Amino acid sequence: MIADDDEKWLTAATAAVKQNAFYMQRAIDSNNLKDALKFSAQMLSELRTSKLAPHKYYELYIRAFNELGKLEIFFREETGRGCSIAELYELVQHAGNILPRLYLLCTIGSVYIKSKDVTATDILKDLVEMCRAVQHPLRGLFLRSYLTQVTRDKLPSIGSELEGDVDAHMNALEFVLQNFTEMNKLWVRMQHQGPSREKEKREKERNELRDLVGKNLHVLSQLDGVDLGIYRDTVLPRILEQVVNCKDELAQCYLMDCIIQVFPDDFHLQTLDVLLGACPQLQSSVDIKTVLSGLMERLSNYAASSVEALPNFLQVEAFSKFNYAIGKVVEAQVDLSASASVTLYLFLLKFTLHVYADRLDYVDQVLGSCVTQLSATGKLCDDKAAKQIITFLRAPLEKYNSVVTILKLTNYPRVMEYLDHETNKAMAIIIVQSILENSTHIATANEVDALFELTKSLIKDFDGIIDDEVDEEDFQEEQNSVARLVHMLYNDDPEEMYKIIFTVRKHILTGGPKRLPLTIPPLVFSALKLIRRVPSGDENPFGDDASATPKKILQLLNETVEVLSDVSASDLALRLYLQCAQAANDCGLEAVAYEFFTKAYLLYEEEISDSKAQVTALHLIIGTLQRMRVFNVENRDTLTYKAQGYSTKLLKKPDQCRAVYECAHLFWADECENMKDGERVVLCLKRAQKIADAAQKMTTASRGTSSTGSVALYVELLNKYLYFLEKGNPQVTGDTIQSLAELIRSETKKVESGAGPFINSTLRYMEFQRQQDGGMSEKYQKIKMEWFE
Amino acid sequence: MNYLLGAFKPACNISITFSDGKNRKQVPMKKENGQTATVPLFHSQETISGKVCIEPYQGKKVEHNGVKVELLGQIEMYFDRGNFYDFTSLVRELDVPGEIYERKTYPFEFPTVEMPYETYNGVNVRLRYVLKVTIARGYAGSILEYQELVVRNYAPPPEINNSIKMEVGIEDCLHIEFEYNKSKYHLKDVILGKIYFLLVRIKMKNMDLEIRRRESTGAGANTHVETETLAKFELMDGTPVRGESIPVRLFLAPYDLTPTHRNINNKFSVKYYLNLVLVDEEDRRYFKQQEITLYRLKEDTSS
Repeated sequence: MIADDDEKWLTAATAAVKQNAFYMQRAIDSNNLKDALKFSAQMLSELRTSKLAPHKYYELYIRAFNELGKLEIFFREETGRGCSIAELYELVQHAGNILPRLYLLCTIGSVYIKSKDVTATDILKDLVEMCRAVQHPLRGLFLRSYLTQVTRDKLPSIGSELEGDVDAHMNALEFVLQNFTEMNKLWVRMQHQGPSREKEKREKERNELRDLVGKNLHVLSQLDGVDLGIYRDTVLPRILEQVVNCKDELAQCYLMDCIIQVFPDDFHLQTLDVLLGACPQLQSSVDIKTVLSGLMERLSNYAASSVEALPNFLQVEAFSKFNYAIGKVVEAQVDLSASASVTLYLFLLKFTLHVYADRLDYVDQVLGSCVTQLSATGKLCDDKAAKQIITFLRAPLEKYNSVVTILKLTNYPRVMEYLDHETNKAMAIIIVQSILENSTHIATANEVDALFELTKSLIKDFDGIIDDEVDEEDFQEEQNSVARLVHMLYNDDPEEMYKIIFTVRKHILTGGPKRLPLTIPPLVFSALKLIRRVPSGDENPFGDDASATPKKILQLLNETVEVLSDVSASDLALRLYLQCAQAANDCGLEAVAYEFFTKAYLLYEEEISDSKAQVTALHLIIGTLQRMRVFNVENRDTLTYKAQGYSTKLLKKPDQCRAVYECAHLFWADECENMKDGERVVLCLKRAQKIADAAQKMTTASRGTSSTGSVALYVELLNKYLYFLEKGNPQVTGDTIQSLAELIRSETKKVESGAGPFINSTLRYMEFQRQQDGGMSEKYQKIKMEWFE
Repeated sequence: MNYLLGAFKPACNISITFSDGKNRKQVPMKKENGQTATVPLFHSQETISGKVCIEPYQGKKVEHNGVKVELLGQIEMYFDRGNFYDFTSLVRELDVPGEIYERKTYPFEFPTVEMPYETYNGVNVRLRYVLKVTIARGYAGSILEYQELVVRNYAPPPEINNSIKMEVGIEDCLHIEFEYNKSKYHLKDVILGKIYFLLVRIKMKNMDLEIRRRESTGAGANTHVETETLAKFELMDGTPVRGESIPVRLFLAPYDLTPTHRNINNKFSVKYYLNLVLVDEEDRRYFKQQEITLYRLKEDTSS
């Protein structure tokens, strides 16, 4: 309804403006000064309305403004025709209504200044003084805005076409400042106009008008000759005085921002204490963080864009000033929300990182201040603040791209303490990701300790926090990162590396059953890697108990892996034991290796019950054992015997068969003469063949037909025989192979076998070897096979 | 008076010309019928001289008992219509009784005439100077001809001219201090000043400065007082805040003003006042009236 009325009034007013403008134009065309003045005044009278909302009023103003442009030209022509401009200046003041009178006065005033008949100073002073007569906020604002508009290109300044000595120039400055002050007063006063229930709407309207006020600051910044000295001594103090004194939230917020955006960076830098000094004096409701962050952002960009500016930053001690100012602001604004204060510190931090990248102590100081602030509020619960903190903590990380640097910041972990668990974890992930992405090299145990302290939310569970809702996949992802992280920790010095491993272990072991299976393996492998570099042997070269020896490391690993078996990750434990055993083997530590095997066997016996897992585990055991060289005959026999025992106890016949023929390898090590027991090899193979026969029978019995599975077993066995034949096992004879081949042939005749390709390629291989020159073909010659013909 | 002459078919045409008529400044003057005529301008102590030309119509003769020219200064009160008070009356006899057959010209002169009052055209009163030519005849009445003239007298700038300064207010509501730079202004002057707001508790719409003329005629019980507002000049738009000072700059030139007349021949007086009016949002008016003295300053020859 109101909007409709608004529209109606605007239409009416616009029509009146148009009409009078038409008559004015006609008077201008016929050089009728009197009528031109009369109709222009009538036109401007439309601006006296109180009925329009600001944006409608603005529309009307713009229309009138355009028409006044014509009038200005007319005035200029008129003076060219010999009409005294002073007379005109008086003539327009005969208008009875104040608003049209002042619009006309401003118009002619601008012509007057341009004519240089009179010093610009006098006119400007007169205009700005006369404009006081309009005290109605909206109309006053627009009038003064018009004044700004028509004079802005005519202000005397050094080097402008208008002659201006220093005085004139200062006076021009004074003019703009005064106009600004008055406009701001009007603007601020606007909120008190009308009923208080419409306050919100009024504030909105007021906000629409803010650029009218801000334009003055823009003009100031464009004014030639405003150098640092003038800015520092006159412009800034005057503006700030007005800003502070107006005690209005909206104005303060906007104008501070305006100052920051409009004036050059180095001005800000040089007047930082003045500008910052004003901040605590602002109304408590002012969103000071936006203001300060704007300033810091600007200065950061400035520092980033120009290298020459950097010394200035140091010179004016920008950092300490900001830090101090923010402290003051936080102190002054009691009800500042946590997220707001964090944002403040965030921008200070960004600023510091940009400008003082090499001053870690500054960065730490910012973090410290933030901690102090947070300690007042306690843990952060609200999402926004948490997000801000993450950005806050992320900033140095992104800047330095190195967690090592971060670890030097003593306050960094203290800030993290104020995060809730979720956020803390998110932050830890970010830290870890950063390390991974940048391949950050973390080389000392102390750093590692600090790092794990920092990321502990990833490493261990916390009391009272239930991670039920955590997505399994996410969890895996997290822990994978941690695992990858372990590999990043590396030092060339074995002693230090040992310490690192020790430290990592300390932290990782706190991880609980869910994490351990994922985090222990990398630790183990990292340690195993170390073992290879440590001087082997039991003797202690340093005479130092703490120094790393393979034995010690292995002992450590032994304990570590044991933890895994406690958390029902026996599969994994078994594999790790085997790995360790192998390492012990490489170091020649028989007892240790035996211990590891024992553990592995125990695990196999007690923990691994799934038959598939058993098969896999057994193959691993056999494979590892085959490689062990450190054992004496007795130990080796014990272990081998055991392994054989396990093999025959597997559930499925084919599995048994395969395990058993694998066991054959345990008696034959190529590079080791004393480990070539051809007889026992053949014994194993024979036993395997029996099992294969049994398997064959079983399948025939159960299905009534021979299955392909056992044929494959035979072929596999054949391959084993061939292997040992090639290796020169004297116990492997041509006859044995021949009879096996016969068996395969008869079996394949009985039934169409799926193992055809396997058989064929085996046969092809044999044929090939036969035709080779040298020792190999000789061995193969022993096998007589009609099959080939 | 031409219609009178026409009605009675006058026997002759009388014209009055001034000896320096071509150079003398002419000023516009509003006549009774509302039309504006241009009339020669004189000042006190000037010599008024010229010629009276009597031209009988073709074939007619004018028989008369004598021809004279009078310079009259008259005050005419409208509520006492028809009664002229002549405060100045000078006579020059131009001809002895006789007959005029043909065009005859009589020079006349009133040397350094004292004309103390200015021509004035008010609401209730009129002060005018007129040259009156009378051809006295025994029958059919005398033949009369009038020539108006305007008299303006310059005053020197006053030696003492204090500013007007005053503090006024309504308790706990509005308190202002105003200042006009002078108390005496010449007619082309400009009033400068400022209004200083000490306390503002009412919402104001605007503030005007009015120039009011107070014309007082008659004396005693018959005194008539007429007040006109000659100028209404807006000074301020909207409500100021405490401490605000609003400039005043009012050019007097565009308004039809006369000097202040304190006492004209005990018949009337004309006084001027500045009236400062504040209008609040309920259209209530708060005002304060101050007398100012207007005087006519000798103008530059150029303007």
